[in-house]
Amino acid sequence: MKVGVLALQGDFDAHRKRLEELGAEVVLVRRPEQLDEVDALVIPGGESGTFLKLLGEQGLEKLKQFVRAKPTFGTCAGAILLANQVENPHQPGLGALDITIRRNAYGRQLDSSIRQAETTLGGDPLEMVFIRAPKIERVGRAVEVLAREGNDPVLVRQGNVMAATFHPELSEDKRVHAAFLELVRKR
Amino acid sequence: MSEKNGSGSLRLKTGLAEMLKGGVIMDVTNAEQATIAERAGAVAVMALERVPAQIRAEGGVARMASPKKIREIMEAVDIPVMAKCRIGHFAEAQILQALGVDYIDESEVLTPADEAHHVDKHGFTVPFVCGARNLGEALRRIAEGAAMIRTKGEAGTGDVVHAVKHMRQIMQEMRELTVLRDEELYARAKDLQAPYELVRLVAREGKLPVPNFSAGGIATPADASLVMQLGAESVFVGSGIFMQDSSNFAPPEEAERRARAIVRATTHYNDPKVLLEVSEDLVGAMKGLAVAAIAESEMLQKRGW
Repeated sequence: MKVGVLALQGDFDAHRKRLEELGAEVVLVRRPEQLDEVDALVIPGGESGTFLKLLGEQGLEKLKQFVRAKPTFGTCAGAILLANQVENPHQPGLGALDITIRRNAYGRQLDSSIRQAETTLGGDPLEMVFIRAPKIERVGRAVEVLAREGNDPVLVRQGNVMAATFHPELSEDKRVHAAFLELVRKR
Repeated sequence: MSEKNGSGSLRLKTGLAEMLKGGVIMDVTNAEQATIAERAGAVAVMALERVPAQIRAEGGVARMASPKKIREIMEAVDIPVMAKCRIGHFAEAQILQALGVDYIDESEVLTPADEAHHVDKHGFTVPFVCGARNLGEALRRIAEGAAMIRTKGEAGTGDVVHAVKHMRQIMQEMRELTVLRDEELYARAKDLQAPYELVRLVAREGKLPVPNFSAGGIATPADASLVMQLGAESVFVGSGIFMQDSSNFAPPEEAERRARAIVRATTHYNDPKVLLEVSEDLVGAMKGLAVAAIAESEMLQKRGW
């Protein structure tokens, strides 16, 4: 099983380390044709606008086809890319998750925080690192909410697509990545 | 120091730096330039009154930019906004934190406010980046609470030579630590004038405990690739994008082309085919100033200790 990590920009190396700890073979994906080599993809945290510029129209199109066919997991900027509606500002995306997401919804870096919340993954509450995080403001009927922080959905799944508005790759807890790899194996 | 997970903890501070990895942070002096930088794919902007090349050419005391100017830039873009305070000027840093900037650069580009002390950065919620020329300097800044290091290079020159020198120096000193015996680390910490605990940490991990970016003279896509291949995790581009020479701005379309090219080169730093492609699209680069022609007393990198 080969798992790609989109490595255009952002904390892709933290995802690589975590996935390798869990036994996955990781490919850092920088060119569209590399998507043909991998069985699943992680879109890391970073700047979603920068990702879009670096993907270009062609890369975005190729990625759209990929996320319809294979398991994909996005954190923070990755969740923004996967959403079918983005606010503040409005921007294009992959339309793979029926959610509305608002960029920088908590404020600036001074409002970044580390919190704890219950999840459906089993076990103790999960540590969640929010950095200039987006907020999921609407979830469609087909979307399963795996965790909320306060009233806000922060970890969601729709079919083969998972997204977190926080950064499980920056915590020690491996449960979120393990759940994604489980999704990949089940296919 | 803030508690482990509280607001302003080191994990949150370095966390934002993690998000900036593989990206380009661009110096801007107004909302228009900030918008161009964001459109070109910058991961953050550094809000300044004058870029380093102008500061170098015009002289005088260089201070924190006016909060009004910084706010105008914060309102113009959605990406993180950084701003510089003078070395040791904790009051400027307090003002920048109250303003809500996302990162403070305690920078040698501005005129130092203290000849012996840097800002105690642990006391702040906002994260700090600091310049360094060697491992000892980097570790002293980290001990004071810096959440990101950038190699100093020689700002405002468009000459990459000292960005290369400082990156090589730090990478080499870290490699050397990894082969020392445990008891040798105590003497090495003394030589480096850095806390033993940090020296031991680097010896074990082979890298700094915070992200290490490159700055000071990067002007072309090839320069960005060079410092990334030498071990930088991101690049700061100062005067190289928006300046034609040390006192005139480049036309906006040209600045945007340069900015896009450097962004792509930083992502694809290991792919000469892409580097060729982005380099071919460019018409020119900042005229620049050779570092070798600058008197030692005029060097910005000597500021800070």
